[in-house]
Amino acid sequence: MVTVFISVLVISSIGGVLALLLVLSEKFIANYGICTVDINAEKQIEVQGGQSLLSCLVEEDIFIPSACGGRGTCGYCKLKVIEGGGLLLPTETPFLSDQEQKDDIRLSCQVKVRNDIFIEIEKELLSVRQYECICSGIEDLTHDIKLFKFGLAGSEEIDFIAGQYVQLLTPVYFKGGEEVYRAYSVASDPLNKGAIELIIRLVPNGICTTYCFEHLSIGDTILMNGPYGEFHLSDTESPMVFIAGGSGMAPIRCILSHMLNTGSKRKAVYYFGANKVSELFMIDEIKQFENDLDDFRFVPVVALPDPAEHWTGLTGLVTEAVESDLENAADYEAYLCGSPGMIEASGKVLAKLGVPEGKIYFDSFA
Amino acid sequence: MPISEQMWLMLVTCFSAVFTSNILLTYFLGMCPFTSVSREVKTSVGLGLAVIFVMTATTMINWVAYHYVLEYFGLEYFRFILFIIIIAAFVQFVEMVIDRYSPRLYQGLGIFLPLITVNCAILGASLFMVIRDYSFIVTVGYGFGSSVGWTLAILAMAGIRQRLTESRIPAGLQGPGITLIIAGLMALAFIGFTGVL
Repeated sequence: MVTVFISVLVISSIGGVLALLLVLSEKFIANYGICTVDINAEKQIEVQGGQSLLSCLVEEDIFIPSACGGRGTCGYCKLKVIEGGGLLLPTETPFLSDQEQKDDIRLSCQVKVRNDIFIEIEKELLSVRQYECICSGIEDLTHDIKLFKFGLAGSEEIDFIAGQYVQLLTPVYFKGGEEVYRAYSVASDPLNKGAIELIIRLVPNGICTTYCFEHLSIGDTILMNGPYGEFHLSDTESPMVFIAGGSGMAPIRCILSHMLNTGSKRKAVYYFGANKVSELFMIDEIKQFENDLDDFRFVPVVALPDPAEHWTGLTGLVTEAVESDLENAADYEAYLCGSPGMIEASGKVLAKLGVPEGKIYFDSFA
Repeated sequence: MPISEQMWLMLVTCFSAVFTSNILLTYFLGMCPFTSVSREVKTSVGLGLAVIFVMTATTMINWVAYHYVLEYFGLEYFRFILFIIIIAAFVQFVEMVIDRYSPRLYQGLGIFLPLITVNCAILGASLFMVIRDYSFIVTVGYGFGSSVGWTLAILAMAGIRQRLTESRIPAGLQGPGITLIIAGLMALAFIGFTGVL
């Protein structure tokens, strides 16, 4: 009995002394007081020193992408620290290129706020937020493309410009996996602020697409952040040509909804390419815009239609269709969305048709 | 035991801890950071230095705590708990101090400290020193030698792995798989030192 008493007493008093020592040293040694974080020389926030820069910013509702939760393993939370970030740590170097190191880019989860600190965050990121989304529908579009519908949790709303994209945080779904961010263009109507629709094509062995196709089911909650991207309609009245293939449909569909919402009278033509008739999708829905919009033409193009599919529309590559269908495009603006190969080929054709290089906007996905 | 004899014993223990009974390659303790942080020589140097510092210091503190507290109360069987809380508190404390007062040291060594708080090699060294009944002076040599041996092993491994990045490894063996095989081969090589002492 006495032994038990003594042992408990001795061990807990040693533990207590050590804990007290740590608490005291935390109070006196690790106390950095209140520090100021200066963002883009525009905004100053006051934070308790000693925490990581990332957690300070998150506390202030400034969204910095981070998939690993500040452990320094994902390398997403990069930002520019102009002054006061201290020395570059060995935990950061694997994620930063030589150029980034020269440009004072740091991993914000590894930078500790010990004094006043001056940082630069891209303007675009300041309006980015994280959204909790609940999957509300999954529709097959073709054999490898699906439409995923999400509703924002609570009464959250997302404000985005038609053509922008969001990043989807893929949870860990296989052993040894890591959370990753993947970007997808928003396909839904920008007026519908409580919902996000994505058109996703299955990439063989793709981490995120495999997750969406095989693991995501209706009712699941997933995290997205955004909006990002410079791909959106210009402020002019020039006629437009849209060229897309596969899941490149997404931003164009969104842009068309936006034109309908704003009552745009701009002339537009949309070439949508596929290899087979079975790979075309949303045809009726896009055709409907021909009736609803003032001056819009939809041209689906099939490269190699099966005779059994009785295709009556244009055949050949989408670029060939553009070249033969569109005469004198010198005053057009072009919006391209698709694989890098398709965009490069389309760019050449458009240049031949006289579209100035500065008027070709594209959203390329690798 | 006279002091000169103890000094001699300390040197011998230190040497054997580095080579003949290397804590990593003979006892396979501390494998976790050994496999995960051995990709680059530069980071292994930092980790190695942190291990040398923490292992040497904690074996000394634990020796004092064991012989003057636990033995006094007859509570030797509590050594596991006591050693681990002392190590954890010590590492935390040291991290706080160097984070505050020496950014340069923190950059080189500080960030590795939390990694090795719960390293079994650190606890292992403290336990071996008790089991083998080392005196304080010998313990200093043993703690230092063991950690130097550990650092030597991780440096060798990092050197090999840096070269491995250029070579073709079967998919199933990439990463930890090939690292463990190499560790086994290195352990075999270290057996060659056995006859030295």
